[in-house]
Amino acid sequence: MGVGIEVTNLNAWYGTNHTLQDINLNIPANHATALIGPSGCGKSTFVRCLNRMHETNPVARVTGTVRIGDLDIYNDAKPVQIRRRVGMVFQRPNPFPTMSIYDNVAAGLKLNGYSNKRALDEIVERSLRDSALWDEVKDDLKKKSGASLSGGQQQRLCIARALAVDPEVLLMDEPASALDPVSTSKIEDLIFELKSQYTIVIVTHNMQQAARVAEKTGFFLNGRMVEFDSTHKIFTNPSDKRTEDYITGRFG
Amino acid sequence: MRTLTDGAVTALAILATLVVVTPLVAIFVYLLYMGASSLNLAFFTQIPKPVGESGGGMANAILGSGILLGVASALGVPIGIGGGIFLAEFGRGTKLANAVRFTADVLNGVPSIVMGLAIYSLIVVRQGHFSALSGGVALGIMMIPTVCRTTEEMLLMVPHAVREAALGLGVPNWRSVLSITVKTASPGIITGCMLAFARVAGETAPLLFTALGNQFWSTSLNQPIAALPLQIYVYAISPYDDWHRLAWAGALVLIALIVLAVSLVRFVTSRGVLKGAS
Repeated sequence: MGVGIEVTNLNAWYGTNHTLQDINLNIPANHATALIGPSGCGKSTFVRCLNRMHETNPVARVTGTVRIGDLDIYNDAKPVQIRRRVGMVFQRPNPFPTMSIYDNVAAGLKLNGYSNKRALDEIVERSLRDSALWDEVKDDLKKKSGASLSGGQQQRLCIARALAVDPEVLLMDEPASALDPVSTSKIEDLIFELKSQYTIVIVTHNMQQAARVAEKTGFFLNGRMVEFDSTHKIFTNPSDKRTEDYITGRFG
Repeated sequence: MRTLTDGAVTALAILATLVVVTPLVAIFVYLLYMGASSLNLAFFTQIPKPVGESGGGMANAILGSGILLGVASALGVPIGIGGGIFLAEFGRGTKLANAVRFTADVLNGVPSIVMGLAIYSLIVVRQGHFSALSGGVALGIMMIPTVCRTTEEMLLMVPHAVREAALGLGVPNWRSVLSITVKTASPGIITGCMLAFARVAGETAPLLFTALGNQFWSTSLNQPIAALPLQIYVYAISPYDDWHRLAWAGALVLIALIVLAVSLVRFVTSRGVLKGAS
C-alpha cells in the first residue's frame, strides 16, 4: 500500500545553484500527483530529493525534511533503504542492456541478495502483469535482452522492475516524454491502474497528461512551488496569476 | 560536385583501409609460405635436436609460452581490471586516481627490455637463477597498463542512465558497480585483456633476462623455461638453414596460437549473450 509524503522546508542546490527553495507540501497516499512547470523549474530535482537520488551528484546538497509514511528519509535511514521503498522510473527507458527481460525485473531483488527461485518467478510474473507487459514478453522472458524491446515496452519493463521490489511510492520523471502517443496512452492507463496500490508522483511537461492521470497537481516555477491543489482547480480556476499564465500557454 | 566529393572521400577511405590491411595480410601470407612447409607432427611433439642433427620441434617452447602467459594473465588481468574499476568508479577525480592513471601510462611506455632488466634485478638476482616465474611476472606487469586503461575507458562508456537505474532500485554502490556496470562493459574489458595478452605473447626482450629459454622439457616455475619468441630468436640468428626454417614455422605457430586463444575466449564469452543485447 502507498503512504503519504510530507515535505517541509526543502531546499536543494547543485553547486552554488539554488534549484529548490523552501518547498512545503503534502502528497496524499494512493493518489497520483502531477508536477508541472517549465524546463529547469526544479520539478525533476524535487522528485530526486524524494528518494535521495539528488545527492548522488557530488556537487548536490539538500536541507529540510521529507517524511515518507512515518520515516524521516534524511535522518532515519540510509539512501539504499529509502530507494527500496521509493521506486523510480526515469525519462528515458533504461533497462539493463546485458540482462534478459526476466533478470531486468528481478534485478532489484537479486542484487539485494534475494534468491528464492519460485518466489522470484511469481514476483516477475506479477510485476510484468501489473505493468501490462506480460502478454507481450512471456515467451521470451529469459531469451531476449531488455534492450531488444521497443521504447514503450522498455519503459513498461522499467516500471515492472520498479514494482518488483514492492515499493510504497513510485516516482516517475517524465516517463512518457520519449515515447510515441500509443505507448504514452498505455503508460497513462497504467498509472491509473497502479495508483490504487502505490502513491504516484509524476513529473510531466504535458498538461493534458497531468489532467488525465492526477488528482493533485503542483505548479513549479524558478525553484519554487507556486501552487498545489486539486488538478481540477489548477486547470479551471487557479488562484495564482502565474499558474494561469502557464496553463493558458502564455509562457513556458 | 557533391557526388564527386562523395566519391573522392569514399575512395580515400577505401585506400586507407587497404593500406592498413595490406601489411597484415602480406606478413601472414609470407609466414605461411616460409613456415608451413616445415610444420609437421614432430614440430608439436619433439624438443629441439642438438646442432647438426636435423628435425626436432618446439613442443617445449609451445608449452613454455603457455605457462608464461598463464602466469602473466593470472597477475596482469586481475590487477589491471581492479585498477581500472578503481579509476573509473571509486577513485574518480581523486589525487590517487590521477597518480595511478599517470603511472599506468608511463608503465605502458617503458621499453620491454627495461622491464626485463628490472625483473632480473628484483627477482632473478635474489633467487639466484633464471626462472619461468620471473618471466611470467615481467609479462604480467606489461599487461597491467593496457588492461587497466581499457577497463577504465569501457566502464566510463556505460551510460549514466544504467547506473542510475541500479541506484534507484536501492542497490548499494559497490554491488551496482560489480554486477551492473562491469557486466555491461565486459565485452570491451575482455577485448582489452585479449589485446594485452596478444601483445605480450610475442614479447622476447623481457624474457631474455628472466625466463632465459631452455632446450629441454621443463614445467617448473622455478627453472628456466623455453618460450616461442625466445626459440624463434635463437633459431633465426643461427647460421643453419634447418634452424631458419624452424624459426619461420615457430613464428607461424605463435601467430596461429594467439589467434586461436583470442577466438576461443571470444567464443566462450559470447555464449549466453542474449538476443538484442547491446
